[in-house]
Amino acid sequence: MAVEPTLWISGQLAEKIRAHGAETYPHECCGALLGRDAGEVAGSDPTKYPVAPEREILALYPLVNRRDDSPRNRFSVTSEDVMAAEKAARESGMDVVGWYHSHPDHPARPSQFDRDHAWPWYSYIIVSVQNGAPQEMTSWRLNDDRQEFSPEGIEIRHRAAV
Amino acid sequence: MTVKVMIPTPLRPYAGKRASAEFQAATVGEALGHLTKEFAELRKHLFTEEGKLRSFVNVYVNDEDIRYLAKENTPTKDGDTISIVPSIAGGVS
Repeated sequence: MAVEPTLWISGQLAEKIRAHGAETYPHECCGALLGRDAGEVAGSDPTKYPVAPEREILALYPLVNRRDDSPRNRFSVTSEDVMAAEKAARESGMDVVGWYHSHPDHPARPSQFDRDHAWPWYSYIIVSVQNGAPQEMTSWRLNDDRQEFSPEGIEIRHRAAV
Repeated sequence: MTVKVMIPTPLRPYAGKRASAEFQAATVGEALGHLTKEFAELRKHLFTEEGKLRSFVNVYVNDEDIRYLAKENTPTKDGDTISIVPSIAGGVS
């Protein structure tokens, strides 16, 4: 039976993502999720998982939203930023396993725009920020067919990150 | 001439988990053509239905962005490394 994939994160890092969203409100925040993936992932379609692969976030790499034309409803990370995040991850023996961004005054649900621009495999964390206060945080993975995102469980791990 | 194509982490599940692949190609377009022929599932993540490179897919020959060269017609020479680098975008609405 297919099992929903789960993303592990410490309470401290989850709080940092929420704080970043509050800090940049009413603009969108963004950053890279650095960590480790169990690696036995056949694809991004959770219906194909024989067991839920384990993925853990161990550090964040906050980025500057490059969309200065419409930062309230868009975020953009350039390929140079992606390469810098990958370098930072490699230097700590980790991988870039996903990305986070905020939805100011909108629910923590992926938009059509999110889906059109998403990559498979990555975890996409979205935090809703209502009137400057961070609310619900969700995580998503793009399905193999690019048609929709599937929810990914977020498990808060109450121990110090390695 | 042999060129090496570096495959980004999110696309490796669609490329036999490989980090790179080598092809005989005279242009970037030819190399990407070989890549997506060998690993057909990669195609929809790199190209639109109209066959254009997706806007968030960046391709470099060695350290040069092909947008500032001849795009997919950029010639390649023996030993060149072609890197596929994501850019990330999203947002509400």
